[in-house]
Amino acid sequence: MHYTFDIERGNFTDAGRASSSVKRTLKHLGVDPANIKRTVVALFEAEINAIAHAYGGTIDVDIDEGKIVMVVADHGPGIPNIDLAMQEGWSTASPQVREMGYGAGMGLPNIKKNTDELKIDTQVGVGTTVTMTVYFA
Amino acid sequence: MTVKEIIEKLDLKCLNEANLDAEVAGAYASDLLSDVMGNARSGQVWITMQTHKNVTAIASLKDIPAVIIVRDGVPDDDMLEHAKDEDICILVSKDATFQVCGRLYELLK
Repeated sequence: MHYTFDIERGNFTDAGRASSSVKRTLKHLGVDPANIKRTVVALFEAEINAIAHAYGGTIDVDIDEGKIVMVVADHGPGIPNIDLAMQEGWSTASPQVREMGYGAGMGLPNIKKNTDELKIDTQVGVGTTVTMTVYFA
Repeated sequence: MTVKEIIEKLDLKCLNEANLDAEVAGAYASDLLSDVMGNARSGQVWITMQTHKNVTAIASLKDIPAVIIVRDGVPDDDMLEHAKDEDICILVSKDATFQVCGRLYELLK
């Protein structure tokens, strides 16, 4: 099963749309609740990262037997230092984003904790692609 | 203890009636959304001063039955709309986070 969602720059109103839809599908497929929870935490955080930092992008979700692969690809500033970005507490979020309760530097660490595989391809000034895999077995 | 009993005991205003008979498994207090995303557990009530639509998005994803907004906070219209769509109970307390947590802790411990 394949799903695609668009990400619009700064559109926080839409945040969670992809994660909600994926949650409903996984529930329907009878995936166990612990794995659904891991999946939606990771996808929501990736959605928020793209909305907060990038200039737009897409989310591609593939659900196969036993696993889900989520690819969040954005056009944006890229991540100059991935090691720093992975550090809990490190954030480059704007004051407006922080006011909403984001920008605590927990997004990427939350993604790492909740996925089985995480790959980040990034190019400064071009964009970032985050590929997340969760195995249901 | 159910959501309904908490509303009565803490004298909360209810802006969206949902999950009133849900059993509350505890509470999580935080205004950092990724903290809630990463650490709150399903069935817990969420205490916060955030009042925008992402609160209900997270509550729905995490199976949080009710959100308590502190210090008479006013939820955004789209947050309330979303709460209705997603069946999240929205409650408001006149007290600050510390008092709400203290009283709820006494009830749930």
